[in-house]
Amino acid sequence: MTLLSVRDLTVQFQTDEGVVTAVDGVSFDLAAGEILGLVGESGSGKSVTAKSLMQLNGGNAIYGGPGKITLSPRGQDPVDVLGLRRERHMGVIRGGAISMIFQEPMASFAPALTVGQQMVEQLRIHTDLSRRAARDLSVEMLTRVGISDAVKRFDQYVFEFSGGMRQRAMIAMALSTKPALLIADEPTTALDVTIQAQVIDLMKNLVAEFGMGILFITHDLGVIAQTADRVAVMYLGKLVETGAVRDVLRHPAHPYTRGLLAALPQLDDLTAPLIPIPGDIPGPLDRPAGCVFHTRCAQAVKGICGMTVPSVTQVTATHHASCFALEVPA
Amino acid sequence: MTAPLVQVRALGVHYPLGRTVLGRGAVLKALDNVSLDIPKGSFFGLVGESGSGKTTLGRAILKAAPISTGEIRFDDEEVSHDVARLRGRALKDYRKRAQLIFQDPYAALSPRMTVRDIIAEPLEVMGLTSSRMETDARVRDIARKCRLNLEHLRRYPHAFSGGQRQRISIARALVSTPSFVVADESVAALDVSIQADILNLLKSLQRDLDLTFLFISHDLSVVAHTCDQVAVMYLGQIVEQAPVADLFARPRHPYTRALLSAIPSLDPDAARTAQRLTGDIPSPADPPSGCRFHTRCPVARDRCKTEEPKMEDVSGGGTVACHFWKETLPA
Repeated sequence: MTLLSVRDLTVQFQTDEGVVTAVDGVSFDLAAGEILGLVGESGSGKSVTAKSLMQLNGGNAIYGGPGKITLSPRGQDPVDVLGLRRERHMGVIRGGAISMIFQEPMASFAPALTVGQQMVEQLRIHTDLSRRAARDLSVEMLTRVGISDAVKRFDQYVFEFSGGMRQRAMIAMALSTKPALLIADEPTTALDVTIQAQVIDLMKNLVAEFGMGILFITHDLGVIAQTADRVAVMYLGKLVETGAVRDVLRHPAHPYTRGLLAALPQLDDLTAPLIPIPGDIPGPLDRPAGCVFHTRCAQAVKGICGMTVPSVTQVTATHHASCFALEVPA
Repeated sequence: MTAPLVQVRALGVHYPLGRTVLGRGAVLKALDNVSLDIPKGSFFGLVGESGSGKTTLGRAILKAAPISTGEIRFDDEEVSHDVARLRGRALKDYRKRAQLIFQDPYAALSPRMTVRDIIAEPLEVMGLTSSRMETDARVRDIARKCRLNLEHLRRYPHAFSGGQRQRISIARALVSTPSFVVADESVAALDVSIQADILNLLKSLQRDLDLTFLFISHDLSVVAHTCDQVAVMYLGQIVEQAPVADLFARPRHPYTRALLSAIPSLDPDAARTAQRLTGDIPSPADPPSGCRFHTRCPVARDRCKTEEPKMEDVSGGGTVACHFWKETLPA
């Protein structure tokens, strides 16, 4: 069942230097119980895409013409996310059907309130639980994510938590409202590998238990390989490749995905050279015409890649990429 | 075996905690009894979780952290320094031989100086050149070696991407022709496509300029691809040290094994290794008794709680500090 459908999402920002395109014609689906990995380097538009799902991009964001985001939680009417105009209607999505966890858990908790107060507050806003029931549920959630002595931890402040515990508490808080969709924006990036492995295990168990969909944003292909069912690769606001995680990592079709994999140090061959992708990511104000990747692509064909935008080509039934090299010559 | 450039013996870096629940005069031992040889011309990796003391060790060697106990010796062809006792002119001399590249290329460069002035500043501060022309020549030379576009020397850092900024930081660190460079998480803030480029640059600079690197990183795959020797740290101590291929093929310390098994594999079907560390790294202000790793160690026994393990030499040139490494080694 499709939980989230994004069609032709285009997001631009009005800035002093001009209009900047952050997301350009992005389409994807996410099913309930599925983890979709959204991969890309800084500036690729992955966070803007995620924030669009809750209209959190700020006042200077312009959502382009035909773009449509539809959220269909089980047993509820579908929500046209970009059609929501008033702040007071946003509660349906923000913290209601969608929860989000962030990279830096220290910055996401208020330092002067106890963790428990913050968990109860959001439950009181989004559910009709009594204060006591909200407290009981919060303690239960803290226990569920593996925080021992949750009754005591409930009354502590976030500075008393370690990094891994903060991220667990944030996950507990995000899941306590039973969202249909969880957006996880680089949730393990600030953590040590040993703690990262614990958080990844936890998130996979929670999907199995709660059945929500997860949009998992990261720049780390290894984390994607270990968590996601499907993966979408972004570059400069474009989705360049999507598919089942096995297909994309084993048989990458887009030159950018292949470049990312070649640049990544891997442990099975320590002597393999690290091959960087040539050049730098172009600035937001000088987006290349044609295929956005052609300025750094070794396979770019003169007169084609710099002129026209490649269309989405089917590699297999569940694997798609946008590159002229894949298109069958007419 | 080449002679060590840096010899660290029983090094301790202690910070007073003041009056706390632990009683007056308590100290936080950021480093406790660390011994290490960094061979001349090596690319020496230092790995461990946050709070393990990697950065403190790098800084202590540069005399940028207070050395409480122990000794650090630095011997390149020209001079021999007893780092803990350096002061005055000798310390200035040491500063041009031992340099640091920082993690965040956005925070490390002054936004109000041109790239040329940023790279030239160490030369001017240390008085290494006698004329502006000489300074300019040195700046252009190192900029070229770091593959910077000479046209860019007149610009300000804001005009550059993360990868280019890190090249500027590297040029600034190398302009005084050091023989030893500490690179502290120098690629951690970069995107993978750029990270590979900077790693390749560091390796080629090491060869061309005859440098010795101490490469501090939390990313074991990066270390595996760049370094030739690796030391693994846990709570202010080195628990294992070995040549890189040996360490990754035959990790002997249970902590090293746990770290390696926690790296997410690119193969979605990779067997999920059972070795999960539970809990977090304990506070260095109150480290566990005996072996410091025993609270999280999957193979800890009673002896580990009371008796601190000694560093033992192992075949292949490495060392390990674990009572039971021989018995717990997987077949």
